[in-house]
Amino acid sequence: MHFSRKSLGIPYFIFLLLFVVAPLIVLVFYAFTNGQGQFTMQNFTDFFTDPNTMGTLVYSFGISIVTTVVCLLLAYPIAYFLVMSELKAKSTVVMIFVLPMWINFSLRITALKEVLSFLEGNLAMHPFLNSVIGMTYDFLPFMILPIFTTISKLDDSLREAAMDLGANDRQTFLRVTLPLSMPGIMSGVSMVFLPAMTNYVVLDMLYNSTYIMGSLIGSYFNAYDWHGGSMISIILLSIICLFTLLTSDQEDESLRGGALL
Amino acid sequence: MTRRKFFRYAFLAAMLLFIYLPILILAVYSFTSSTQIGAIRGFSMHNYVTLFTTPELRNMILGTLALAIGSSILATILGTAGAIGAYYSPPGISNLMQTLNQVPVVNADVVTGFSLCILMVVALHVSKDTFIPLVAGHVTLSAPFVFLSVMPKIKQMDSSIYEAALDLGARPSAALFKIVIPQIVPGIFAGFMLAVTLSLDDYFIATYTKPATFDTISTYVVNATKGAQTTIKTALWALSTVIFAIVVLAVVFMNLSAARQEKGGQRVD
Repeated sequence: MHFSRKSLGIPYFIFLLLFVVAPLIVLVFYAFTNGQGQFTMQNFTDFFTDPNTMGTLVYSFGISIVTTVVCLLLAYPIAYFLVMSELKAKSTVVMIFVLPMWINFSLRITALKEVLSFLEGNLAMHPFLNSVIGMTYDFLPFMILPIFTTISKLDDSLREAAMDLGANDRQTFLRVTLPLSMPGIMSGVSMVFLPAMTNYVVLDMLYNSTYIMGSLIGSYFNAYDWHGGSMISIILLSIICLFTLLTSDQEDESLRGGALL
Repeated sequence: MTRRKFFRYAFLAAMLLFIYLPILILAVYSFTSSTQIGAIRGFSMHNYVTLFTTPELRNMILGTLALAIGSSILATILGTAGAIGAYYSPPGISNLMQTLNQVPVVNADVVTGFSLCILMVVALHVSKDTFIPLVAGHVTLSAPFVFLSVMPKIKQMDSSIYEAALDLGARPSAALFKIVIPQIVPGIFAGFMLAVTLSLDDYFIATYTKPATFDTISTYVVNATKGAQTTIKTALWALSTVIFAIVVLAVVFMNLSAARQEKGGQRVD
C-alpha cells in the first residue's frame, strides 16, 4: 500500500471543506436570496435601515467596549500584582484566579444571577449594568491568563535597566512594562471583545431578554427566518474579520490556545 | 508590610471574592432546603438526592459527557492527522489548511452554529434527531484547537528519526505509530483535553444543531433558569457544587503531579 505522511491530511482537508467552507458559502447564498431563491439585497438594506437592528448594533458595541475595558482594568492589575508579588509558585496562584473557567458557564451565571437578584431585586431594571457584570464574570479568566503569561515572561533586566538609568516606578511601568505587555493585552482583548458582542445567552439567563448582535441571530432562528439570520451572521463575520485583522499584528497567537488550557 | 503591598494583596483578595463568592454561596445553599439565596433554612441533602435520582437530570449529564468524549475522540483523530498531513504537504496546501483551520477559532460560536444548521438542516435536510449535525458541530468546534496544539509539537520533532526508521526498513505506518505519534503525544493529549473542555462548555452550537429531546448541561441549565420549577433549579445548585469540587480536585491533582515530575526531573539531572 502506498502511504505518505501528506495523505494523512486528506480527511481533515475534506472535513474543513465540508464544515467550514460549505457553511460559509451557504450562509452567503441565504443572506442574498429571498424565500423563492431569487437574488435580493433586501436583507442587506433591511439591516441598515431598520432602527431596531442598528440600535442593537450600537448598543452591542457599547456593551462590548465597556466589558472589555472593565475586564482589562481588573485583569491587568491582577496579573501584574501576581507577577510582582513575593508569592512562590505564581503559576499555581494564577490557576486559582482562572479555575472557574472550567466550571460550565451556565452554572457560574446561575450562581451570579442568584447573588445579583438577592442584591438588586429585579435584574431587568439595570440591563446594561448587569450585562457588563455578567460578561465580566464570565470572561475575566480569558483576560487574566494571556496578560499574566506575557508579563511573567518579560525580562527583568529591562526594568532594572530603566531604574538604573533613573526612571522612577511610574515611568518604568508606563514606558517599559506596559508597552511590552501589549501582545498579552491584545490577546485578552480579542478573547473578550468579540464574545461580548455575540454571547447573548449570558444576558438571556440574567434577565430573559437581550439586545446584542448575537441575539439577533437567535431571534431570526426562532422565527425560522434563515435569510435574515444569514445576513446578520455575514455582518457579524465581517466585524470579526475586521477586528481580527486589526489586532493580529499586535497579538501573540500562541497565547490564544494556551489561555484555554 | 508596606502600604503598597497591603493594597495589592487586598485588591487580589477582593478579586478572588468576586470570582468565588457566588459559587461558594450557591454551594452552601445547595445543602439547605431553601429555594432562594437569603432565606435561612435547615440543612438538607435533598438537592443531591434529586440530582442523582431524577432520570431526566441523569440522562442530561451522561449525554453531555458522552457527546464531549465522543466528539473529542473524533476531533483528536482528525485534527492530529490533519496537522501531520498539513505539515508535510506543499506550502500552498499547508497554508490553505492552516487558514481554514483559523476560521472556527476566531469565528463566533453563534455564527458557526447557525451556519452549520443552515447547511445541514435547512439546505441538506439532515434531521437533527440523527445527532449528525450536533456531533459534526462539536467536532468543527474542537478539531481546530487539536490541530493548533499538535502543530508546534510536529515542528519541534526531529524528522530525521522518521526517515532513519524508513531507511532501516520500517513500513511508513509502523514508523508513524512508533516514531511520530510518541513524540507528539503531549500535544495530542493537550488537544484532547481542550476539545473536551470546549464541548462541555458549549451552548450555541448545541442549541442550533441538537435534537429537540436532547439536552446538554448548558442548554438544560439555561432553560431551567427561565423556568419556574424550583426542585430542578435547586438540584442544579448541587450540580454546580459537584462540578466545582471535581474541577478543584483535578487542578490540585495536576499541580501535584507537575510538581512531582519537576522533582523527578531534577533527580535525573
